[in-house]
Amino acid sequence: MPELYKELGLKREEYEEIVRLLGREPNNVELGMYSVMWSEHCSYKSSKVELRKLPTKGPGIILGPGENAGVVDIGDGIAVVFKMESHNHPSAVEPFQGAATGVGGIVRDIFTMGARPIACLDPLRFGSLKEPRTRYLFEGVVAGIASYGNCIGVPTVGGDLYFEEAYQENPLVNVMCVGIMPKERLIRARASVPGSIGVLIGSSTGRDGIGGVSVLASQEFDERSTEKRPSVQVADPFTEKLEIEACLEMLEKNLLLGLQDLGGAGLTCATCETADRGGCGMDVEISKVPLREPDMEPVEIMMSESQERMFAICSPENLDEVLSICRRWGLNAVPVAEVTEGDTLRVLKDGEVVAEVPASSLAKGPEYNRPAKRPRYLDDVNTFDFSTLALPSDLGQVLVALISSPNICSRRWVFEQYDHMVQVNTVAYPGSDAAILRVKGSKKGLALSCDCNGRYCYLDPYVGTQIALAESARNVACSGAKPVAITNCLNFGSPEKPEIFWQFKEAVRGLADGCEILGTPVVGGNVSFYNESFGEAIYPTPIVGMLGVLEDIDERIPSCFTREGDLIALIGVTKNELGGSEYLKVIHDVVAGPPPEIDWDSEKALIDFLRLAAKSRVISSAHDLSEGGLGIALAEACVSGGIGASVEIDHHLPLHVYLFSESQGRALVSFNPEKRKDLEDIADRSGVLFTLIGKTGGTHLKVAQAFSILVDELSELYYTSLEKMLHGDL
Amino acid sequence: MNFGVIVFPGSNCEQDCYYVLESVLKQRIEYVWHEETSLKGYDCIILPGGFSYGDYLRSGAIARFSPVMRAVADFAEKGGYVIGICNGFQILLEAGLLPGAMLRNTGLKFICRFVHIRVETTSTPWSNAAYHHQVLRIPIAHNEGNYQVPEDVLFEMKQRGQIVFRYCSPEGSVLPEYNPNGSVENIAGICNREGNILGMMPHPERASEGILGSSDGLYIWKSILSHCGADVAI
Repeated sequence: MPELYKELGLKREEYEEIVRLLGREPNNVELGMYSVMWSEHCSYKSSKVELRKLPTKGPGIILGPGENAGVVDIGDGIAVVFKMESHNHPSAVEPFQGAATGVGGIVRDIFTMGARPIACLDPLRFGSLKEPRTRYLFEGVVAGIASYGNCIGVPTVGGDLYFEEAYQENPLVNVMCVGIMPKERLIRARASVPGSIGVLIGSSTGRDGIGGVSVLASQEFDERSTEKRPSVQVADPFTEKLEIEACLEMLEKNLLLGLQDLGGAGLTCATCETADRGGCGMDVEISKVPLREPDMEPVEIMMSESQERMFAICSPENLDEVLSICRRWGLNAVPVAEVTEGDTLRVLKDGEVVAEVPASSLAKGPEYNRPAKRPRYLDDVNTFDFSTLALPSDLGQVLVALISSPNICSRRWVFEQYDHMVQVNTVAYPGSDAAILRVKGSKKGLALSCDCNGRYCYLDPYVGTQIALAESARNVACSGAKPVAITNCLNFGSPEKPEIFWQFKEAVRGLADGCEILGTPVVGGNVSFYNESFGEAIYPTPIVGMLGVLEDIDERIPSCFTREGDLIALIGVTKNELGGSEYLKVIHDVVAGPPPEIDWDSEKALIDFLRLAAKSRVISSAHDLSEGGLGIALAEACVSGGIGASVEIDHHLPLHVYLFSESQGRALVSFNPEKRKDLEDIADRSGVLFTLIGKTGGTHLKVAQAFSILVDELSELYYTSLEKMLHGDL
Repeated sequence: MNFGVIVFPGSNCEQDCYYVLESVLKQRIEYVWHEETSLKGYDCIILPGGFSYGDYLRSGAIARFSPVMRAVADFAEKGGYVIGICNGFQILLEAGLLPGAMLRNTGLKFICRFVHIRVETTSTPWSNAAYHHQVLRIPIAHNEGNYQVPEDVLFEMKQRGQIVFRYCSPEGSVLPEYNPNGSVENIAGICNREGNILGMMPHPERASEGILGSSDGLYIWKSILSHCGADVAI
């Protein structure tokens, strides 16, 4: 036994704690159950203490963290349910299935709450595209996401994508899913009525994914990682599609008392968590579980992470109808559990008890206060002397290099493989600042954006995380929407290393402070630790998923230039900030800081300005300034709109700094000259700096004293670079 | 007019078709479960897009055995109107209700984007509201849209005006570089000899409202409505 707990990923102290809790040695079924529930992935044992510092409440927040997803009231009787999760390690080991099952998992979290999933967004991070392995992982992940999302009919409407050497061995595959429902359909994942029945729905249970959360998700990678391939599950999106329809039908008919999906830690997690949340116990008869292989051991049945399974709790009176709906959709459905009084989770096989533990002890798990220490690398990276940089001789070449670079060029190759239109709600397509979805039967719209620049977070986790938050808010505000609430996925290295844990603490502190100021509570999220290979951690990557709400979908703003003869203004202050920039990385091959400053007063002023301008319908376009600064924002607005622009810059900063600084709190807007006065008034009222810099029109993007480039040429580079790099042609 | 949209396990565009017909075009429409054996009372049946039976084995290959497909064949035989969109088109091919077959896209990738298609004939119930060679902007979203058919059959189809839509440039030139999936002669949509069954890869229901970027799909709905003498609300 002592050897077994280590193999299952438990620490000695944890094993001793289990013995103390039970008052005896656990048997192998019980030990298996604890090992998965007490894994970092399921228990959040290293992060819990920090996560409590995040603001989670606010007006309109129906449900914060703690269940499968957060729930926000957006008015008109409609609730939005959303959450982000990671499937990093499975995708590193088996990119197609890893990414596909990641989509399946987060989508289940959404319909488990009673909502119809209406959109997915996929933030992805890979190593350098120069490496063949990166191309293999990238192609596999995108194909996996496409195969799953397209099949279940949930549009993939956005995400973000970065290539950095720091993700070479350990890519990040995060997925956010958003659903909507009539408010009253909300259902909790709890078993609170003794005598009610737990029904296992969907796929049969096999030996796939055993220990996925413990040996795969909660350990670092080394040369033996490919041996972990059997821990990755295989996706069956068709079954999930049937489950969505069957579960929503059962909820529509009010047949269920509770609903939970089976994801990480499988049946163990679904039974102990629902029982614990409902203050009850549960008896689970595993001889009834439909199996793929008849000789599976009880511990395998309890730990299996076979995908596309749901656990529904209903009264005995409703059982027949639940089973008949499942039958109609061609789904397995078997009553396997009964809710009991007390706190005991009993696992039985043909009536014989094979495990008996307190449900709450499994569900709650341990909690650690990890030591944190500021990493020493920060001293080196933040002292770079910018005066040593050679001045670029041709700013046009800089623009061309940046617009063709991996982190800036168009993601069209990716999003054309995703069905981003199904459900006929998508009003602004991938490539816009935020994806915009209409809400049928209402005037409202949703604006969604996922953001995080890991390089900034590496250079300063506190500031970098706040920039991720600010950018996501800016992106939805540029669409005309109000930032309302966030979910997140916090991707870090090993929390057992004090330097990594310091990054994590700083990121959470940054997020907590930022969300407090911005008034956007954190309604759910996910932590992914152990993103390390051969002892090297990824960049700290706390990805923020923002929900924005448009009161009137007709107030939305496009991000590209829309008409010739409009005036162009830069909103916000440009500073001498090249630290952490794409310019520095792509042109000078330097990754050094500090990252741009964050000033929440100007961020909030900018958001106010954009929303007022949207409401008054005085702007034609708004585009957030981020990687590549003003130069790239101009180029993108031209290319996406197919319209040129002429710009003159009058500023004390050197031209290359003004063009490529990544100062925060800025946006590029275009507007009808007749609206100039109105817009300047709005700028005054909001307290933002309004700088007229040019006008739209013509076939070239011209910046006086800098460059004049044909928009068609920029367009060709922008849209084809990713594919060329993927084929090794660039 | 009475529409029925068939729900196969794994269909995922049936609700989009329902929404457009009901909310935009103000027609009567009902979901028809794939186990139904009668289509009495309907004027037009829609086989929607999606991944019927997960597209496992081959797109449409399992759905064609659904009980409702016998009823669809009877319905069409008696002159009922049937439109198969995307996966629905694939099912019609598998069922032998339209000639030809689908291969995977030549790029071997799923493609979701707006394309332009040219109306090749206006003398079908599905295209009479458009003008000859009108260019429609409608999205595609598929992995297997590479339509192929034996040369002699294709020749006959052309003679009889069964080629309804072809992929083309925004200006209406049918050229290989505007063919997204490798289909023979840029074919995007065909009908049967009698004209009452249409199969098309582009999704007209995704282009039936200006807010979605195009309302060109309405030409297809308006055509069948006016052919059947129904009121067109818009």
